Amino acid sequence: MSILLAKELAVGYDHNPVLQGINFSIESGDYFCIVGENGSGKTTLMKTLLGLQPSISGVVEFGAGVKKTNIGYLPQQTDFQRDFPATVFEIVLSGCQNGLGKGFFYTKAQKQMALKNIEKMGILALKNRCYRELSGGQQQRVLLARALCATQKVLLLDEPVAGLDPIVTEEMYQVISKLNKQGLTIIMISHDIENVKRYATRIYDVTEVRN
Amino acid sequence: MIEKLIMYMSFPFVRYALIVGVLIALCSSLLGVTLVLKRYSYIGDGLSHVAFGALAIATVLNITNKMIIILPLTVISAILLLKKGTNSKVKGDASIAMISVGALAFGYLLMNLFPSSSNVSGDVCSTLFGSTSILTLTGEEVVICGILSVIVLIIFIFLYNRIFAVTFDENFANAVGTKVDFYNLIMATIIAVIIVLAMNLVGSLLISALVIFPALSAMSLIKSFRGVTIFSAISSFICAFVGIVASILWGTPVGATIVAVNVVLFLFCQVIGKLKR
Repeated sequence: MSILLAKELAVGYDHNPVLQGINFSIESGDYFCIVGENGSGKTTLMKTLLGLQPSISGVVEFGAGVKKTNIGYLPQQTDFQRDFPATVFEIVLSGCQNGLGKGFFYTKAQKQMALKNIEKMGILALKNRCYRELSGGQQQRVLLARALCATQKVLLLDEPVAGLDPIVTEEMYQVISKLNKQGLTIIMISHDIENVKRYATRIYDVTEVRN
Repeated sequence: MIEKLIMYMSFPFVRYALIVGVLIALCSSLLGVTLVLKRYSYIGDGLSHVAFGALAIATVLNITNKMIIILPLTVISAILLLKKGTNSKVKGDASIAMISVGALAFGYLLMNLFPSSSNVSGDVCSTLFGSTSILTLTGEEVVICGILSVIVLIIFIFLYNRIFAVTFDENFANAVGTKVDFYNLIMATIIAVIIVLAMNLVGSLLISALVIFPALSAMSLIKSFRGVTIFSAISSFICAFVGIVASILWGTPVGATIVAVNVVLFLFCQVIGKLKR
Protein backbone atom coordinates (compact mmCIF):
# COMPACT_ATOMS: atom_id res chain seq x y z
CA MET A 1 0.00 0.00 0.00
CA SER A 2 1.32 3.40 -0.93
CA ILE A 3 2.48 5.56 1.99
CA LEU A 4 3.59 8.60 0.06
CA LEU A 5 2.84 9.57 -3.48
CA ALA A 6 4.40 12.40 -5.51
CA LYS A 7 2.66 13.31 -8.76
CA GLU A 8 4.19 15.72 -11.31
CA LEU A 9 5.75 17.54 -8.39
CA ALA A 10 7.88 20.66 -8.89
CA VAL A 11 9.81 22.09 -5.97
CA GLY A 12 11.86 25.25 -5.49
CA TYR A 13 11.91 28.73 -4.03
CA ASP A 14 10.03 31.85 -5.13
CA HIS A 15 8.38 30.16 -8.14
CA ASN A 16 11.76 29.06 -9.52
CA PRO A 17 11.70 25.29 -9.73
CA VAL A 18 14.90 23.51 -8.71
CA LEU A 19 13.44 20.14 -9.57
CA GLN A 20 10.35 19.32 -11.61
CA GLY A 21 8.52 16.34 -13.05
CA ILE A 22 9.01 14.30 -9.89
CA ASN A 23 6.94 11.12 -9.81
CA PHE A 24 7.28 8.35 -7.29
CA SER A 25 5.28 6.20 -4.96
CA ILE A 26 6.71 4.90 -1.70
CA GLU A 27 5.26 1.65 -0.40
CA SER A 28 5.00 0.52 3.20
CA GLY A 29 8.24 -1.16 4.28
CA ASP A 30 10.38 0.47 1.60
CA TYR A 31 13.93 1.68 2.19
CA PHE A 32 13.63 4.54 -0.27
CA CYS A 33 16.67 6.63 -1.05
CA ILE A 34 16.70 9.98 -2.76
CA VAL A 35 20.20 10.55 -4.12
CA GLY A 36 21.93 13.33 -5.99
CA GLU A 37 24.86 15.68 -5.69
CA ASN A 38 25.02 18.57 -3.25
CA GLY A 39 22.87 21.43 -4.45
CA SER A 40 20.70 19.22 -6.68
CA GLY A 41 17.55 20.08 -4.71
CA LYS A 42 17.26 17.02 -2.46
CA THR A 43 16.68 18.99 0.73
CA THR A 44 14.19 21.25 -1.02
CA LEU A 45 12.31 18.15 -2.14
CA MET A 46 12.29 16.78 1.40
CA LYS A 47 11.07 20.05 2.88
CA THR A 48 8.25 20.08 0.37
CA LEU A 49 7.30 16.48 1.22
CA LEU A 50 7.10 17.51 4.89
CA GLY A 51 5.07 20.59 4.10
CA LEU A 52 7.75 22.94 5.43
CA GLN A 53 7.53 24.86 2.19
CA PRO A 54 4.84 24.95 -0.51
CA SER A 55 5.27 23.03 -3.75
CA ILE A 56 5.34 24.98 -7.00
CA SER A 57 3.04 22.54 -8.73
CA GLY A 58 1.91 18.95 -8.48
CA VAL A 59 0.75 17.01 -5.43
CA VAL A 60 2.09 15.12 -2.43
CA GLU A 61 -0.33 12.55 -1.03
CA PHE A 62 -0.11 10.50 2.14
CA GLY A 63 -1.85 7.16 2.45
CA ALA A 64 -2.12 4.01 4.53
CA GLY A 65 -3.07 5.83 7.73
CA VAL A 66 -0.02 8.11 7.71
CA LYS A 67 -0.46 11.77 8.44
CA LYS A 68 2.09 14.43 7.62
CA THR A 69 2.54 15.17 11.32
CA ASN A 70 3.26 11.50 12.08
CA ILE A 71 6.50 11.31 10.17
CA GLY A 72 9.70 10.97 12.15
CA TYR A 73 11.99 13.61 10.71
CA LEU A 74 15.76 13.67 11.19
CA PRO A 75 16.88 17.09 9.99
CA GLN A 76 20.46 18.11 9.38
CA GLN A 77 21.96 19.64 12.49
CA THR A 78 22.25 23.38 12.73
CA ASP A 79 25.30 25.06 14.20
CA PHE A 80 23.62 26.33 17.32
CA GLN A 81 22.31 22.88 18.25
CA ARG A 82 25.83 21.60 18.70
CA ASP A 83 26.29 23.64 21.87
CA PHE A 84 22.72 23.51 23.13
CA PRO A 85 22.39 23.00 26.88
CA ALA A 86 19.85 20.18 27.11
CA THR A 87 19.98 16.58 28.26
CA VAL A 88 19.51 13.63 25.93
CA PHE A 89 16.23 12.81 27.65
CA GLU A 90 14.84 16.34 27.21
CA ILE A 91 15.60 16.30 23.50
CA VAL A 92 14.19 12.84 22.85
CA LEU A 93 11.05 13.67 24.82
CA SER A 94 10.46 16.69 22.59
CA GLY A 95 9.81 14.16 19.81
CA CYS A 96 6.49 13.49 21.54
CA GLN A 97 5.30 17.04 20.90
CA ASN A 98 2.82 15.94 18.24
CA GLY A 99 1.17 13.88 20.98
CA LEU A 100 0.65 16.89 23.26
CA GLY A 101 -2.56 17.75 21.42
CA LYS A 102 -4.28 20.49 23.36
CA GLY A 103 -2.45 19.55 26.55
CA PHE A 104 0.59 21.29 27.97
CA PHE A 105 2.65 18.63 29.69
CA TYR A 106 4.01 15.21 28.68
CA THR A 107 2.27 12.16 30.14
CA LYS A 108 3.95 9.25 31.89
CA ALA A 109 3.36 7.07 28.85
CA GLN A 110 5.14 9.58 26.63
CA LYS A 111 8.10 9.73 29.00
CA GLN A 112 8.29 5.94 28.93
CA MET A 113 8.18 5.93 25.16
CA ALA A 114 11.09 8.39 25.12
CA LEU A 115 13.07 6.10 27.42
CA LYS A 116 12.23 3.07 25.28
CA ASN A 117 13.52 4.79 22.16
CA ILE A 118 16.66 5.95 23.92
CA GLU A 119 17.27 2.33 24.84
CA LYS A 120 16.54 1.21 21.30
CA MET A 121 19.29 3.50 20.04
CA GLY A 122 21.72 2.04 22.57
CA ILE A 123 22.34 5.34 24.39
CA LEU A 124 20.56 4.65 27.67
CA ALA A 125 23.78 5.33 29.58
CA LEU A 126 23.86 8.84 28.10
CA LYS A 127 20.28 9.65 29.18
CA ASN A 128 21.23 12.49 31.52
CA ARG A 129 24.28 13.69 29.66
CA CYS A 130 24.37 17.08 28.02
CA TYR A 131 23.81 17.03 24.26
CA ARG A 132 26.75 19.34 23.51
CA GLU A 133 29.21 16.92 25.19
CA LEU A 134 28.34 14.03 22.86
CA SER A 135 30.18 12.94 19.75
CA GLY A 136 28.65 13.48 16.31
CA GLY A 137 27.49 9.87 16.07
CA GLN A 138 25.92 9.95 19.51
CA GLN A 139 24.13 13.19 18.67
CA GLN A 140 22.67 11.57 15.54
CA ARG A 141 21.40 8.67 17.66
CA VAL A 142 19.72 11.15 20.00
CA LEU A 143 17.97 12.87 17.08
CA LEU A 144 17.00 9.48 15.65
CA ALA A 145 15.47 8.48 19.00
CA ARG A 146 13.54 11.77 18.95
CA ALA A 147 12.30 11.01 15.42
CA LEU A 148 11.14 7.58 16.59
CA CYS A 149 9.01 9.25 19.29
CA ALA A 150 7.13 11.12 16.58
CA THR A 151 6.26 8.13 14.41
CA GLN A 152 5.14 4.53 14.32
CA LYS A 153 5.59 4.08 10.59
CA VAL A 154 7.77 6.43 8.58
CA LEU A 155 11.22 7.92 9.11
CA LEU A 156 12.51 10.72 6.90
CA LEU A 157 16.27 11.13 7.19
CA ASP A 158 18.17 14.07 5.75
CA GLU A 159 21.83 13.13 5.19
CA PRO A 160 22.00 11.06 8.40
CA VAL A 161 25.72 10.31 8.05
CA ALA A 162 26.95 13.79 7.10
CA GLY A 163 30.14 14.63 8.95
CA LEU A 164 30.54 11.20 10.60
CA ASP A 165 33.72 9.13 10.34
CA PRO A 166 33.62 5.83 8.37
CA ILE A 167 33.17 3.53 11.38
CA VAL A 168 30.35 5.59 12.89
CA THR A 169 28.80 5.95 9.43
CA GLU A 170 28.68 2.17 9.09
CA GLU A 171 27.09 1.86 12.55
CA MET A 172 24.48 4.44 11.62
CA TYR A 173 23.58 2.52 8.45
CA GLN A 174 23.26 -0.66 10.52
CA VAL A 175 20.91 1.04 12.97
CA ILE A 176 18.73 2.42 10.15
CA SER A 177 18.70 -0.95 8.39
CA LYS A 178 17.58 -2.64 11.61
CA LEU A 179 14.72 -0.17 12.02
CA ASN A 180 13.66 -0.90 8.44
CA LYS A 181 13.61 -4.64 9.13
CA GLN A 182 11.42 -3.98 12.16
CA GLY A 183 8.80 -2.60 9.80
CA LEU A 184 9.51 1.12 9.55
CA THR A 185 9.42 2.73 6.14
CA ILE A 186 12.64 4.66 5.56
CA ILE A 187 12.91 7.66 3.29
CA MET A 188 16.49 8.87 3.16
CA ILE A 189 18.33 11.65 1.42
CA SER A 190 21.98 11.06 0.66
CA HIS A 191 24.81 11.83 -1.70
CA ASP A 192 26.70 8.75 -0.52
CA ILE A 193 25.50 6.58 -3.45
CA GLU A 194 28.03 3.76 -2.93
CA ASN A 195 26.87 2.95 0.60
CA VAL A 196 23.22 3.57 -0.10
CA LYS A 197 23.22 0.90 -2.83
CA ARG A 198 24.01 -1.77 -0.24
CA TYR A 199 20.96 -1.04 1.92
CA ALA A 200 18.23 0.72 -0.01
CA THR A 201 15.48 -1.29 -1.65
CA ARG A 202 14.74 1.58 -4.03
CA ILE A 203 16.86 4.46 -5.23
CA TYR A 204 15.55 7.65 -6.77
CA ASP A 205 18.19 9.77 -8.50
CA VAL A 206 17.12 13.41 -8.74
CA THR A 207 19.80 14.27 -11.29
CA GLU A 208 17.94 12.11 -13.78
CA VAL A 209 14.64 13.98 -13.47
CA ARG A 210 16.20 17.41 -13.58
CA ASN A 211 14.63 19.64 -16.27
CA MET B 1 23.10 50.55 57.42
CA ILE B 2 20.41 48.13 58.56
CA GLU B 3 18.53 51.01 60.12
CA LYS B 4 18.59 52.89 56.85
CA LEU B 5 17.22 49.85 55.08
CA ILE B 6 14.45 49.37 57.64
CA MET B 7 13.62 53.04 57.38
CA TYR B 8 13.24 52.78 53.59
CA MET B 9 11.27 49.55 53.85
CA SER B 10 8.68 51.28 55.97
CA PHE B 11 7.57 53.15 52.84
CA PRO B 12 5.04 51.01 50.98
CA PHE B 13 6.21 52.11 47.51
CA VAL B 14 9.73 50.95 48.24
CA ARG B 15 8.40 47.52 49.13
CA TYR B 16 6.25 47.47 45.98
CA ALA B 17 9.17 48.56 43.84
CA LEU B 18 11.28 45.77 45.28
CA ILE B 19 8.60 43.18 44.53
CA VAL B 20 8.07 44.43 41.01
CA GLY B 21 11.78 44.73 40.27
CA VAL B 22 12.34 41.15 41.28
CA LEU B 23 9.32 39.93 39.25
CA ILE B 24 10.49 41.73 36.12
CA ALA B 25 14.00 40.31 36.49
CA LEU B 26 12.51 36.84 36.86
CA CYS B 27 10.39 37.13 33.69
CA SER B 28 13.14 38.60 31.54
CA SER B 29 15.57 35.86 32.54
CA LEU B 30 13.09 33.11 31.58
CA LEU B 31 12.83 34.30 28.01
CA GLY B 32 16.49 35.22 27.94
CA VAL B 33 17.44 31.55 27.72
CA THR B 34 15.46 31.13 24.50
CA LEU B 35 16.70 34.39 23.01
CA VAL B 36 20.35 33.64 23.71
CA LEU B 37 20.05 30.11 22.31
CA LYS B 38 18.26 31.31 19.19
CA ARG B 39 21.02 33.87 18.61
CA TYR B 40 18.69 36.77 19.26
CA SER B 41 20.52 38.30 22.21
CA TYR B 42 20.35 41.75 20.72
CA ILE B 43 16.62 41.76 20.23
CA GLY B 44 16.09 43.09 23.75
CA ASP B 45 18.33 46.00 22.97
CA GLY B 46 16.63 46.75 19.66
CA LEU B 47 13.15 46.60 21.16
CA SER B 48 14.03 48.79 24.10
CA HIS B 49 15.12 51.49 21.69
CA VAL B 50 11.82 51.14 19.88
CA ALA B 51 10.12 51.56 23.24
CA PHE B 52 12.21 54.70 23.78
CA GLY B 53 11.05 56.10 20.44
CA ALA B 54 7.45 55.23 21.31
CA LEU B 55 7.82 56.93 24.66
CA ALA B 56 9.00 60.08 22.91
CA ILE B 57 5.92 60.01 20.67
CA ALA B 58 3.66 59.53 23.68
CA THR B 59 5.36 62.40 25.50
CA VAL B 60 5.01 64.74 22.54
CA LEU B 61 1.33 63.83 22.14
CA ASN B 62 0.98 64.50 25.87
CA ILE B 63 -0.79 61.25 26.67
CA THR B 64 -1.15 60.50 30.38
CA ASN B 65 -1.04 56.71 30.17
CA LYS B 66 1.98 56.26 27.92
CA MET B 67 1.64 52.45 27.93
CA ILE B 68 -1.22 52.76 25.39
CA ILE B 69 1.30 53.86 22.76
CA ILE B 70 4.49 52.15 23.91
CA LEU B 71 3.14 48.62 24.34
CA PRO B 72 1.50 48.13 20.91
CA LEU B 73 4.37 49.74 18.99
CA THR B 74 6.95 47.56 20.73
CA VAL B 75 4.90 44.40 20.28
CA ILE B 76 4.53 45.09 16.55
CA SER B 77 8.27 45.65 16.17
CA ALA B 78 9.02 42.44 18.07
CA ILE B 79 6.76 40.44 15.79
CA LEU B 80 8.32 41.97 12.68
CA LEU B 81 11.85 41.29 13.94
CA LEU B 82 11.26 37.66 14.92
CA LYS B 83 9.30 36.96 11.75
CA LYS B 84 11.82 38.54 9.43
CA GLY B 85 14.76 36.86 11.14
CA THR B 86 15.03 33.87 8.83
CA ASN B 87 14.00 34.73 5.29
CA SER B 88 14.60 38.30 4.34
CA LYS B 89 16.97 40.40 2.36
CA VAL B 90 18.12 42.32 5.43
CA LYS B 91 19.52 39.65 7.76
CA GLY B 92 18.53 39.27 11.42
CA ASP B 93 21.24 41.27 13.14
CA ALA B 94 21.25 44.05 10.56
CA SER B 95 17.49 44.58 10.79
CA ILE B 96 17.66 44.72 14.58
CA ALA B 97 20.48 47.26 14.44
CA MET B 98 18.58 49.28 11.86
CA ILE B 99 15.33 49.52 13.82
CA SER B 100 17.23 50.04 17.05
CA VAL B 101 19.31 53.08 16.11
CA GLY B 102 16.55 54.48 13.90
CA ALA B 103 14.07 54.54 16.76
CA LEU B 104 16.66 55.96 19.14
CA ALA B 105 17.49 58.83 16.81
CA PHE B 106 13.87 59.70 16.08
CA GLY B 107 12.97 59.49 19.75
CA TYR B 108 15.72 61.89 20.77
CA LEU B 109 14.90 64.19 17.86
CA LEU B 110 11.21 64.35 18.87
CA MET B 111 12.04 65.01 22.50
CA ASN B 112 14.26 67.92 21.51
CA LEU B 113 11.90 69.40 18.93
CA PHE B 114 8.91 69.29 21.28
CA PRO B 115 10.32 69.52 24.78
CA SER B 116 7.71 68.59 27.38
CA SER B 117 9.74 69.86 30.31
CA SER B 118 12.63 72.28 30.82
CA ASN B 119 15.06 69.45 31.52
CA VAL B 120 15.19 67.43 28.28
CA SER B 121 18.58 65.87 28.87
CA GLY B 122 17.49 64.77 32.35
CA ASP B 123 14.36 63.13 30.89
CA VAL B 124 16.38 61.38 28.21
CA CYS B 125 18.96 60.20 30.68
CA SER B 126 16.40 58.63 33.01
CA THR B 127 14.65 56.92 30.09
CA LEU B 128 17.91 55.47 28.88
CA PHE B 129 19.42 54.43 32.18
CA GLY B 130 16.33 54.01 34.37
CA SER B 131 15.12 55.99 37.31
CA THR B 132 17.94 57.51 39.33
CA SER B 133 16.01 56.45 42.39
CA ILE B 134 13.53 53.65 42.86
CA LEU B 135 11.38 56.14 44.73
CA THR B 136 10.21 57.72 41.49
CA LEU B 137 8.19 54.66 40.43
CA THR B 138 4.49 55.45 40.69
CA GLY B 139 1.93 53.20 42.37
CA GLU B 140 0.03 52.63 39.13
CA GLU B 141 3.16 51.45 37.31
CA VAL B 142 3.88 49.03 40.10
CA VAL B 143 0.43 47.44 39.90
CA ILE B 144 0.55 47.06 36.09
CA CYS B 145 4.05 45.57 36.26
CA GLY B 146 2.99 43.11 38.93
CA ILE B 147 -0.04 41.84 37.00
CA LEU B 148 1.75 41.52 33.67
CA SER B 149 4.71 39.71 35.26
CA VAL B 150 2.43 37.11 36.80
CA ILE B 151 0.69 36.58 33.44
CA VAL B 152 4.06 36.09 31.72
CA LEU B 153 5.13 33.57 34.34
CA ILE B 154 1.97 31.51 33.95
CA ILE B 155 2.17 31.50 30.16
CA PHE B 156 5.81 30.43 30.30
CA ILE B 157 5.13 27.52 32.64
CA PHE B 158 2.28 26.20 30.52
CA LEU B 159 4.09 26.59 27.21
CA TYR B 160 7.44 25.38 28.56
CA ASN B 161 7.50 22.13 26.55
CA ARG B 162 6.57 23.84 23.31
CA ILE B 163 9.03 26.67 23.87
CA PHE B 164 11.77 24.10 24.33
CA ALA B 165 10.72 22.26 21.17
CA VAL B 166 10.65 25.43 19.08
CA THR B 167 13.92 26.71 20.53
CA PHE B 168 15.83 23.50 19.92
CA ASP B 169 14.59 22.70 16.44
CA GLU B 170 12.08 24.79 14.49
CA ASN B 171 12.22 22.52 11.45
CA PHE B 172 11.41 19.37 13.38
CA ALA B 173 8.68 21.13 15.34
CA ASN B 174 7.14 22.38 12.11
CA ALA B 175 7.34 18.95 10.48
CA VAL B 176 5.43 17.26 13.30
CA GLY B 177 2.73 19.90 13.23
CA THR B 178 3.64 22.28 16.07
CA LYS B 179 2.52 25.77 15.13
CA VAL B 180 5.98 27.32 15.21
CA ASP B 181 4.89 30.70 13.84
CA PHE B 182 2.20 30.99 16.47
CA TYR B 183 4.59 30.25 19.34
CA ASN B 184 7.17 32.64 17.91
CA LEU B 185 4.44 35.26 17.85
CA ILE B 186 3.58 34.61 21.50
CA MET B 187 7.23 34.78 22.48
CA ALA B 188 7.72 38.02 20.56
CA THR B 189 4.73 39.53 22.33
CA ILE B 190 5.94 38.43 25.76
CA ILE B 191 9.43 39.77 25.10
CA ALA B 192 8.01 43.13 24.06
CA VAL B 193 5.85 43.29 27.18
CA ILE B 194 8.78 42.46 29.44
CA ILE B 195 10.95 45.09 27.81
CA VAL B 196 8.36 47.80 28.21
CA LEU B 197 7.99 46.82 31.86
CA ALA B 198 11.71 46.67 32.47
CA MET B 199 12.20 50.10 30.95
CA ASN B 200 10.86 51.71 34.12
CA LEU B 201 13.29 49.76 36.21
CA VAL B 202 16.61 49.68 34.39
CA GLY B 203 16.06 52.01 31.43
CA SER B 204 16.30 51.35 27.70
CA LEU B 205 20.03 50.87 27.38
CA LEU B 206 20.43 48.32 30.14
CA ILE B 207 17.49 45.99 29.46
CA SER B 208 19.36 43.46 27.38
CA ALA B 209 21.60 42.89 30.40
CA LEU B 210 18.58 41.56 32.32
CA VAL B 211 17.74 39.33 29.37
CA ILE B 212 21.14 37.83 28.57
CA PHE B 213 23.29 37.76 31.72
CA PRO B 214 21.22 35.32 33.80
CA ALA B 215 20.98 32.95 30.82
CA LEU B 216 24.71 33.14 30.11
CA SER B 217 25.60 32.59 33.77
CA ALA B 218 23.35 29.53 33.88
CA MET B 219 24.67 28.11 30.61
CA SER B 220 28.26 28.19 31.81
CA LEU B 221 27.38 25.86 34.70
CA ILE B 222 24.25 23.82 33.99
CA LYS B 223 23.73 21.08 31.42
CA SER B 224 19.99 20.62 31.10
CA PHE B 225 17.50 23.05 29.60
CA ARG B 226 15.24 22.84 32.63
CA GLY B 227 18.23 23.42 34.91
CA VAL B 228 19.41 26.38 32.88
CA THR B 229 15.93 27.92 32.98
CA ILE B 230 15.54 27.46 36.73
CA PHE B 231 19.07 28.60 37.55
CA SER B 232 18.76 31.70 35.41
CA ALA B 233 15.41 32.57 37.00
CA ILE B 234 16.77 32.18 40.53
CA SER B 235 20.01 34.01 39.84
CA SER B 236 18.16 36.87 38.16
CA PHE B 237 15.80 37.03 41.13
CA ILE B 238 18.69 37.23 43.60
CA CYS B 239 20.68 39.73 41.53
CA ALA B 240 17.69 42.05 41.24
CA PHE B 241 17.05 41.82 44.98
CA VAL B 242 20.68 42.46 45.92
CA GLY B 243 20.94 45.23 43.33
CA ILE B 244 17.86 47.09 44.52
CA VAL B 245 18.82 46.82 48.19
CA ALA B 246 22.33 48.03 47.40
CA SER B 247 20.98 50.96 45.42
CA ILE B 248 18.82 51.93 48.39
CA LEU B 249 21.72 51.69 50.83
CA TRP B 250 24.30 53.56 48.78
CA GLY B 251 21.99 55.75 46.73
CA THR B 252 23.27 54.37 43.41
CA PRO B 253 21.15 54.26 40.22
CA VAL B 254 18.87 51.21 40.41
CA GLY B 255 19.29 49.81 36.91
CA ALA B 256 23.04 50.14 36.73
CA THR B 257 23.44 48.50 40.15
CA ILE B 258 21.31 45.48 39.21
CA VAL B 259 23.25 45.02 35.98
CA ALA B 260 26.56 45.32 37.84
CA VAL B 261 25.51 42.55 40.23
CA ASN B 262 24.56 40.40 37.23
CA VAL B 263 27.95 40.96 35.63
CA VAL B 264 29.75 39.96 38.82
CA LEU B 265 27.70 36.76 39.07
CA PHE B 266 28.38 35.99 35.41
CA LEU B 267 32.15 36.30 35.91
CA PHE B 268 31.91 34.14 39.03
CA CYS B 269 29.98 31.43 37.12
CA GLN B 270 32.52 31.53 34.30
CA VAL B 271 35.37 30.91 36.71
CA ILE B 272 33.53 28.04 38.43
CA GLY B 273 32.62 26.58 35.03
CA LYS B 274 36.27 26.66 33.92
CA LEU B 275 37.44 25.05 37.18
CA LYS B 276 34.89 22.25 36.89
CA ARG B 277 36.16 21.24 33.46
